[in-house]
Amino acid sequence: MFYRESGQFKTSYAADQAIFPIKQDNWGMVLLLLIAFFAVPYFGTEYFFQAIMIPVLIFALAATGLNILTGYCGQLSLGTGGFMAVGAVACYKLTTGFPEMNFVFVLLLSGIITAGVGLLFGIPSLRIKGFYLAVATLAAQFFLSWLFNKVAWFQNYTPSGTITMPPREVFGIAVTGANADAMDRYLFCLVFVLILAMAAKNLVRGPIGRSWMAIRDMDIAAELIGFRPFQTKLMAFSISSFYVGVAGAMALSLWLGSVETAEAFDINVSFQVLFMIIIGGLGSMMGSFVGAAFIILMPIVLTNVMVGSLGMQAVTAKHFEFMFFGGLIIFFLIVEPHGIARLWQIAKEKLRMWPFPH
Amino acid sequence: MEFLNLVLIAPIADMIEYPSFLAEVVFGGLMSGVMYSLVALGFVLIFKASGVFNFAQGVFALFAALTLVGLMNGTMPFTLEKSLPELPAWAAVIVTFIVMIGLAIAVERIVLRPLVNQDHIIMFMSTIGLAFVLEGLGDTIWGSEVKALDVGIPTGNFLIGEIQIQIFDLWAAGIAAFLVVVLALFFQYTRTGRALRAVADDHQAALSVGIPLKNIWIIVWSVAGLVALVAGIMWGSKSGVQFSLSLIALKALPVLILGGFTSVPGAIVGGLIIGVGEKVAEVYWGPLVDGAIENWFAYVVALVFLLFRPQGLFGDKIIERV
Repeated sequence: MFYRESGQFKTSYAADQAIFPIKQDNWGMVLLLLIAFFAVPYFGTEYFFQAIMIPVLIFALAATGLNILTGYCGQLSLGTGGFMAVGAVACYKLTTGFPEMNFVFVLLLSGIITAGVGLLFGIPSLRIKGFYLAVATLAAQFFLSWLFNKVAWFQNYTPSGTITMPPREVFGIAVTGANADAMDRYLFCLVFVLILAMAAKNLVRGPIGRSWMAIRDMDIAAELIGFRPFQTKLMAFSISSFYVGVAGAMALSLWLGSVETAEAFDINVSFQVLFMIIIGGLGSMMGSFVGAAFIILMPIVLTNVMVGSLGMQAVTAKHFEFMFFGGLIIFFLIVEPHGIARLWQIAKEKLRMWPFPH
Repeated sequence: MEFLNLVLIAPIADMIEYPSFLAEVVFGGLMSGVMYSLVALGFVLIFKASGVFNFAQGVFALFAALTLVGLMNGTMPFTLEKSLPELPAWAAVIVTFIVMIGLAIAVERIVLRPLVNQDHIIMFMSTIGLAFVLEGLGDTIWGSEVKALDVGIPTGNFLIGEIQIQIFDLWAAGIAAFLVVVLALFFQYTRTGRALRAVADDHQAALSVGIPLKNIWIIVWSVAGLVALVAGIMWGSKSGVQFSLSLIALKALPVLILGGFTSVPGAIVGGLIIGVGEKVAEVYWGPLVDGAIENWFAYVVALVFLLFRPQGLFGDKIIERV
């Protein structure tokens, strides 16, 4: 009744190709943005920003990156954690090496550096496919962790081996360092992630995205009709790594502040991001965001319920959390292997009919 | 020149100068290679028969070892109290194997059957979920502290010439070889084995001649459980039963891509190559870059190898059609 496009006529190509062609979607998006920009900062607390909103945004960006590679281009990767580490270390080296550089450029440059590294590790993808490739990307994960741990230059020779982000300002407002307000960091994250997500959305629905999807659906057929597999795959690898790298740089600078690279971006992070896109929906931009929110929120909710309400011991609760987490993932895969994004689509189809049966 | 000398010439010269030390390193590598092969074997069995890349194989080994230790100590499940009679090693192994069979049935019923015909990646993700569940379950039932495991495999060492050999390693290699021979005979000469090979060859053709696919899957997962149990005993006796045991799955992955996902001999040869390569590289080239290259060296070897032979050493040739 409320979600119906009747009476909305498209009179131009631009209107026909809009990201949200239906008015209700448009209004919904505006409402969501209003909430994100005004309601959340107004009601949010320090804990809410630091533990929920900022990590959700950052991981949504990382998931977007992986979704470009895995969901759109069909190349399974388990090296996300390693590439996030590249972004974080690049961000650290750039800020400490060039203190005058604008922080926004630092983030973008970290992304570009990660894109270069991703390009390098993407080269085998021409010969190797499927699970063989997934295992090959693990090489990136382990090698990069080892490199950042062993070579002291990457940590500016600090004895502890942790990298700590110095304070930086954007437009006169502190966004990194110990004194940065959580709300400012959140808003900066939000703007940055929104712009990048918008760019990604437009990439995947344009000619580049179509070439990725052609390669994903059947690479030999795509090659025969004129897509160049090597360039297309490498492009997916580098753009995906760019997003993942920026997410890693943001995780260091805006969220954690100080990390031990090999610990903070280990193989579990790779799996976490992979879970996000599988649960959210492969090949769906919305899926990256919903999946990130789901995977970040679930452990917090579980811990709160078990330790807070049921009074379990923290260790036992941790084990139960593992079980619940794994069980929930299996459950989700069985019930809806195409993720939450697909559920949302089904709901929309149903809404168009409602309240009539046909 | 200095650098080239350090990288190319000095290690080789070292090897030639002290052949007995090289032999010891190679022998050590072979032994850890046997361990990798054992884990990789579990992967290959399941992948061949059901096309599932079972990431939980390492956790299977951990779970089996935890159960074994728990039974041998007489631990009451869920309570961590030692109120049950302590089982002798052989009885505990048998009970654990039964538990692993039960686990295989549960996995087939709850996870695999509803997911039949889904994408490979979905199956893969579900086994990661399974790994999480089993990790939590094992710790909840048996407790998460490090436990010593001793099933009565003799330890100690002796010398052949100047080479020091661990008796435990010999036993491990012997047991692994025995296991492989038994599996090979089982696959080759029994009715069930023939059915398993048929399923591995072609699911649909096997179904159409009346082979019950779901029983086959249970059998395969049980056999993989047995292999995991043996791997768990070996690793557990060597380094204690603890959480890190589940990470050996990660060490088995390069072995898999080196040997090919679908080949049992590939898993064994691949394991030996990776084991030796890793140890030799660590000892001779590791010091140049400050050590600890064991973590990624195997992956890089496998990666370089894959560039020339994408299906691994013994894997089925990948034929793609449009």
